[in-house]
Amino acid sequence: MELKTKVHAEDGQHDLLITREFDLPVGLLFKAYVEPEFVEQWMGTKVLKLESKKHGSYAFETRNPQGQVAFVASGVIHDIIPNQKIVRTFEMSGAPFGVQLEVYEFEATGENTSKLNMHVIYESIAQRDQLLQLPFKQGLNMAHNRLEEIISKIK
Amino acid sequence: MNLRRDVFQAIADPTRRAILVLVASQSLTAGAIAANFDTARPTVSKHLQILTECELLQQEQTGREVHYHINAKKMKEVADFIEPFRQMWDDRFNKLEGVMKAYQTKNKK
Repeated sequence: MELKTKVHAEDGQHDLLITREFDLPVGLLFKAYVEPEFVEQWMGTKVLKLESKKHGSYAFETRNPQGQVAFVASGVIHDIIPNQKIVRTFEMSGAPFGVQLEVYEFEATGENTSKLNMHVIYESIAQRDQLLQLPFKQGLNMAHNRLEEIISKIK
Repeated sequence: MNLRRDVFQAIADPTRRAILVLVASQSLTAGAIAANFDTARPTVSKHLQILTECELLQQEQTGREVHYHINAKKMKEVADFIEPFRQMWDDRFNKLEGVMKAYQTKNKK
């Protein structure tokens, strides 16, 4: 079975690409990112602030199962084009991952289907690899090859 | 730990990835594998050696011929390390899809 969510992390790069195909019209997919009500539901987070506009900012608070604040994620929306694109920064409080730049591209693939390309750029290769929890410096190039498919068949 | 790192170095090379894809569907001799590449035969042999040393490929002697086949167990190990991260996003996106589908259904009524 083809994986719906794919993660491409090129070796020695400080970015990664996450792609996902949805059984949703692109308008609804976009809505899930810009309306606090929906963000809270699917991210399992509390939206402290979400100004879905150019140069607006946001802050999400995530609590652990004990009800204590685990972290606050915040950033600035650099650009936003309805149903097409969001460019924003993302920073997690108390985490060593720095500030990342996120470029979301929303694409209609049909009347009721859509695709999300999420390009995440980290400050350094080390920070990206740390986030991916790599136990080594060398990453893995899962991109543009059929290995992933083959592996999923083996599983 | 060194061996593990080598596995990832092994598949960082495009030719070696192509070899793995090739061998994934059927076991092949070194000659048959080399025939698929413009690269010189000794270069392909070197790639095969690296992949074998990393246990991504296994050699099997059949008569006078040596066939290479993929080591599924090792390949799975390679896929596994990025898998938790992918799984996390997959779960999140599944949730997003569920939430928005419920909203869509509600609004149609």
